[in-house]
Amino acid sequence: MNPLASGVPFPRAAKVALGDPQLRTNLRRATHTIRDRRAHAVGELPDWEALRTTAAAIKDDVLRRLPELLERFEERATAAGATVHWARDAAEACEIVSRIVRGTGETSAVKVKSMATQEIGLNEALERDGIAAFETDLAELIVQLAHDTPSHILVPAIHYNRAEIRDIFVREMPADADLTDDPAALAEAARSHLRRRFLSAKVGISGANFAIADTGTLVVVESEGNGRMCLTLPDTLVSVVGIEKILPTFADLEVFMQVLPRSSTGERMNPYTSTWTGVTPGDGPSDVHVVLLDNGRSTTLADEVGRQTLRCIRCSACLNVCPVYERAGGHAYGSVYPGPIGAILSPQLTGIGENASLPFASTLCGACYDVCPVKINIPEVLVHLRDQAPHSPAERAAMSVAAWLMRSPKRFAAAERLAQLGTGPLAAALGRRTVSRLPWPGSKWTDARDAPLPAAESFRDWWKHRDQTAGPQGHTHPVEETP
Amino acid sequence: MRIALFVTCMNDLLYPDTGIATVRILERLGHRVDFPQAQTCCGQMHLNSGYQQLAVPLVENFVRTFEPYDAVVAPSGSCVAMARDNYPRLVPDAAGVAARTYELSELLVDVLGVTDVGARFPHRVTYHPTCHGLRMLRLGDKPLRLLRAVEGIELLELGGAEECCGFGGTFALKNADVSGAMLADKCRNIADTEADYVAAVDNSCLTHIGGGLTRQKARARHIHYAEVLAS
Ligand code: SF4
Repeated sequence: MNPLASGVPFPRAAKVALGDPQLRTNLRRATHTIRDRRAHAVGELPDWEALRTTAAAIKDDVLRRLPELLERFEERATAAGATVHWARDAAEACEIVSRIVRGTGETSAVKVKSMATQEIGLNEALERDGIAAFETDLAELIVQLAHDTPSHILVPAIHYNRAEIRDIFVREMPADADLTDDPAALAEAARSHLRRRFLSAKVGISGANFAIADTGTLVVVESEGNGRMCLTLPDTLVSVVGIEKILPTFADLEVFMQVLPRSSTGERMNPYTSTWTGVTPGDGPSDVHVVLLDNGRSTTLADEVGRQTLRCIRCSACLNVCPVYERAGGHAYGSVYPGPIGAILSPQLTGIGENASLPFASTLCGACYDVCPVKINIPEVLVHLRDQAPHSPAERAAMSVAAWLMRSPKRFAAAERLAQLGTGPLAAALGRRTVSRLPWPGSKWTDARDAPLPAAESFRDWWKHRDQTAGPQGHTHPVEETP
Repeated sequence: MRIALFVTCMNDLLYPDTGIATVRILERLGHRVDFPQAQTCCGQMHLNSGYQQLAVPLVENFVRTFEPYDAVVAPSGSCVAMARDNYPRLVPDAAGVAARTYELSELLVDVLGVTDVGARFPHRVTYHPTCHGLRMLRLGDKPLRLLRAVEGIELLELGGAEECCGFGGTFALKNADVSGAMLADKCRNIADTEADYVAAVDNSCLTHIGGGLTRQKARARHIHYAEVLAS
């Protein structure tokens, strides 16, 4: 399965999620909790809007001179002892990582949660080559143990509650048969399970939140400290990094270290921030690799409206406020990137043909744009992508006719009159101006709600008839000019 | 000041009372309102559904029709947001008329400086701030300030008020199940207020919400806030 496109259209996948009351309760509780925490943490900053503007401006600057900054990053990272690789697509990236791991002679690796590696389906690719990749982020571990896929960028196991997680642990970690669903007990069980992995790991795999061009530094921001174990204990470290993760200078981090934790977990500062620059003898991994991943990003960059999508720092704030995500859940998006950002990012990375239903998986309510710390106008990009999406011939015909009628006031008024004539007898017979059943495709509307019928007299007609009674001036009421 | 009414295609056909209310309010305040006959639709449906090229001639018609006026008023948050956010990008020279196009509460409060329009509506009312009013136009509490000044009204707070009702134009058809789930939550919140009416600045959202309410035989009915203000 393509990690960016499951092939199941959003409405169909969403229907499955909507039919699962436990899932809806879990999602509602989790998204509302993080949403409130974010609002509080953001509310504490008097300069939040200025920070957003600055963060967006830094990212826009990066996107404008991406090739130059990437080359500088490569040069600095190489000078510091890292090996930099370039990957055009998922297959190439997986092959590079696999080759590096195979070169060490190892058959397993520990992983810190990374969207980029999920995007390229790295775990599955490594498995095919006989390498086991162990997720170490708690939520990611739960998903892996459950043989499931993540459903949230930040909280991949958001669709499970504590009791369900306990059951997964008991099933997959037999030593813990008397485990309770107390969060501390669950965390402890995971910790001892993971500790064995860390101490024996020779290879670590990570992503990065930021890559600093001026210094060749990679930055990982996390909450649990498991990522730091992955980054420091193994001899070999491979990081897969999307090319848009670049920041020009170390000083630019200052802005993002304020906006990222507040937007994602609602914390003032995240517990662990790791930075590493190439190799430091006697300290940490001695063999450091960076795989710079394109995988559709250059195409996205070339699109004037869609480009802003690459500002995304994967904070997941847009998921937590999205009313559609809240009901449909992350799996409905059929991509490792769910929610509003997924609805615009996935179709751009894969090409619209493979994710044609995603730009329509939104009411354009704008809540995502409001919270986005880098000011991505998600509704604007959604509408832009809808224009590129394939339309059904029936819909296209209906829209063309409507536009043709509305281009001319005369035709429009005539069409209104026709609609009134057509439905007038029905309204008269029913004695009301609503109907509860319409033929297809109107049935999609009346399945959940009544539909209104045209009024007996349109506003246009009311105005004309009023004009006559009002005499040649056209207005019966006194007119005063306002200053 | 020459004020033109953009009644919107939906109000023209389905909710003429909302247009009539808008005219009555402004005339009661001593203003003259014109209704240019050449108007049709703002183009929102076409743009938002992915037919930008079909929307452009409608936008051009709007610009041509309303260019001569000092102010254009529309009792519809989403149509005004369409004009303000999208017109300048779609049609050259649209910026001026787009900037002079106001949602009713903007015209009343910001331009005319009025919050009390002399209405009387002795009923229990809850107010749903629609997404376009809230997040695109940033109407803030302007509609509520107008409603608070209405004599005899009892305004009831709506839980989860800022959550989208699930309408979203063609979203209601293309993603009927998710839309229905959002509508159910909105209707439950409205029922919890025990209001007689739910008011909003957009008849599109109200059609969806109202359709859900009557389907469930709920107590509350939907009403455009202009009709409350005109009463
Ligand atoms: S689009 Fe914005 S809000 Fe959503 S994950 Fe990216 S940065 Fe965060």
